[in-house]
Amino acid sequence: MSLRIVVCVKYVPDAGGERGFAADMTTDRESSDGLLSELDEYGVEQALRIAEALEGDVEVTVVTVGPDDAKDALRKALAMGADRAVHVSDEDIHGSDVMGTSLLMARAVERVGFDLVLCGMASTDGAMGVLPALLAERLDVPQMTLLSELTLESGVLSGRRDGDTASERLQARLPAVVSVTDQSGEARYPSFKGIMAAKKKPVETLDLDGLGIEPDEVGTAGAWSRVLDATARPPRNAGTVVSDEGEGGLQLAEFLAMAKFV
Amino acid sequence: MSTQDFGLTETQRDIKAMAAEFVDTEIAPHARDWDRAERVDPAIVKRLGDLGFLGLMVPEQYGGVETDALSYTLVTEELGRGDSSVRGIVSVSLGLVTKTIAAHGAEEQKQQWLPQLVSGDALGCFALTEPGTGSDAGALSTRAVRSNGDWVINGSKMFITNGTWAKVALTFARTDDGVTAFLVPTDTPGFTATEIHGKLGLRGQATAELTYDAVRVPDSARLGQVGKGMGIALGALSRGRISVAAGAVGVAQAALDAAVRYSTERTQFGKPIASFQLVQELLADSAVDVRASRLLTHQVARMADAGAGPKEYAVDASIAKYHASEAAVRVSNNCLQVFGGYGYIDEYPLGQYVRDARVLTLYEGTSQVQKLIIGRALTGVHAMV
Repeated sequence: MSLRIVVCVKYVPDAGGERGFAADMTTDRESSDGLLSELDEYGVEQALRIAEALEGDVEVTVVTVGPDDAKDALRKALAMGADRAVHVSDEDIHGSDVMGTSLLMARAVERVGFDLVLCGMASTDGAMGVLPALLAERLDVPQMTLLSELTLESGVLSGRRDGDTASERLQARLPAVVSVTDQSGEARYPSFKGIMAAKKKPVETLDLDGLGIEPDEVGTAGAWSRVLDATARPPRNAGTVVSDEGEGGLQLAEFLAMAKFV
Repeated sequence: MSTQDFGLTETQRDIKAMAAEFVDTEIAPHARDWDRAERVDPAIVKRLGDLGFLGLMVPEQYGGVETDALSYTLVTEELGRGDSSVRGIVSVSLGLVTKTIAAHGAEEQKQQWLPQLVSGDALGCFALTEPGTGSDAGALSTRAVRSNGDWVINGSKMFITNGTWAKVALTFARTDDGVTAFLVPTDTPGFTATEIHGKLGLRGQATAELTYDAVRVPDSARLGQVGKGMGIALGALSRGRISVAAGAVGVAQAALDAAVRYSTERTQFGKPIASFQLVQELLADSAVDVRASRLLTHQVARMADAGAGPKEYAVDASIAKYHASEAAVRVSNNCLQVFGGYGYIDEYPLGQYVRDARVLTLYEGTSQVQKLIIGRALTGVHAMV
C-alpha cells in the first residue's frame, strides 16, 4: 500500500530582491522574480528522505496555491525528486489571507489523498507560521510542528522539537500534519538529471470549481483579516563608531557588558 | 528574465540557475582558500558527480545526463564564474576524457570507465602535451611498442590537468603507424605523476608531470584504431574549445560583477568611483567584451545542438576560444584597474581572476595557433610553420 506524502509549498518573492505591496495592500508578486520558499525546501527534503528510507513504495505530491508563476516553485520541488504536483490557481483567490489559503490547501490535500502532510515552518514572505496548524484542524488530524528531526516507522511518526530551554520528543500516528525547521537537514540541490526529469512529471491544475469552493469563501471576500497599510521599516542607525586611541578595548568591553552580551 | 536568458528554454534556465546556486554557495566562497592552499577540496569532485556536473551530455545508460551542448556551456560558464580551477577539473575530465571515451570507446571500455567518471568516483586526465611538444603536438615522442599482445609505453607528459588525481590517463603515444590513444589506469606499474607547484594561476588544480617507465597495458586499453590517435586528440580538443571559451566567459563575468559592485561602493573625491567617466569606460568595454564572447560561445553550442559535428564547428570553436580567452585576460586586467590598490591584495578576488584568466590564451591551443586555424580556413593556405 503506497504511502502518500503531500508537501505544501509556497512561491514567494525573492528575499534578496525588492519586495513590496501592490495598491490593494496585497504582496506584489509581479515586479520581482519569485522562487520556491527556502523554508519549504526542508519540507520537500524530509519527504524525499522518508521516501528513500522506505525504499520506494511512497508517492510524494507537492501542492501549491498561487498565481501562474507558482509553477516555478512546483518545478523545483519536482526537480528535487517529488513525483507529481498540484497547482491551485484561480483569479478569485487573489487577496486570500491564511484562512482562505488553508481552506484551499486542505481541500486540495484531501483531493490528492494523504497519509502525511509536510510543511516548512513558515513562509519567507508572510512568515506567520500558522498554516500547518490550520491545515491540521481543517483535516482533523494530529499536528507536530517545528520539528528539527523526523522519522517514520511502522506508521508512527517520531520527532524532536528544539525550544530555547528544552528539547521535546513527540510522536503521532498517521495521518498527520508535520512542519519542519531549517535545522531538520540540509535540503538537496536538484541534480541535472532531476531537472530534466521534472519536465515529464504530471502537474495538475485546479481552480475553485475543481475544489468545490465558492469565491466568497476565499479571496478578499473570504478574508478574516485585512492589511490596512504598510510602512517600510526605517533604516538601521549607523551605530557608534569608536576610534581606538588606546581605550578601544575598554570601550568595547563596556559596551558588551552594558548590553549584557558578557 | 534577464537579457542573458532570452532564447533559453525553461530547462536550460533551470539548469543554469541550479549551477549558479551551487557555485555561489559551495564553490565561490572557497576559491581564495583553495588558491592559497594550491588545492581545491577533493570532496568537491564527488559532490559535482552526484549532481551530474561530470555526466553532462553523456548517455544515460552510463549514468550520464543527456543535456544539450548549450546547457553544458551554461554550466561551464557558471563553474568558471566560481572557480576556474574547478571548471578546469570538469572541462578536462568530462570534456576531454569522458566524452572522448563515449565517442570512440569500445563497449567494454565505456562500461569500465564511464560510470565511475560520471559519478565522480574517478577523474580522467588528457595526456597529450610533453616537455618537448606543446603547440607541435604532432611531434610527440612518447612511444608505445607491441610486446606479446600488450603495449609497452615509455615517455613523459607535461602540464597535465588532474594528473595526480586521475584514475585513468588518456595517453597519446607514437606507434609504428602514427599516434595511437591508450586508456592507461594510473595505478599501472611504471606510471608516476608528480605535481607541479608554483603555477601562476589555476593553483587549485592538480597539474602534473607524468612519467611512463615501461608501462605495460593490454591491447584492450587501446582507444580507437592504431595510428588514429592524432585525429582523436584533435577532435577532443576541438570539442573542448567550447568548454574553455565558456570558462573564459565565466571568469570574465565574475571579474566584471565584482568591479561593478566595487565601483558603486568605493568613494573618492566625495562620490562613488562609478561617477568617473574613465571608470565607466573600463566597465562598459568589459561588458561588451564579455557579451560578445558569450554570444560566440553560445553560437558554437547551438551549431552542435543543430547537428553540426566537430569538423563542421571547428573554426567557430577556434574563433570563440580565441576571442573569449583574450577577452578574459583584458577584462580581468581592466577590472583589477577599477579596484585600484585593494585589487592587488588577495583578500579581494581580482588578483586571482587575473592569474586564472592568464592561462586561457596559452593552453588548449595558444591564441597564435587559433589564429592560424582561422587563417587557414579563410585562405586555404596552411601557415602553421
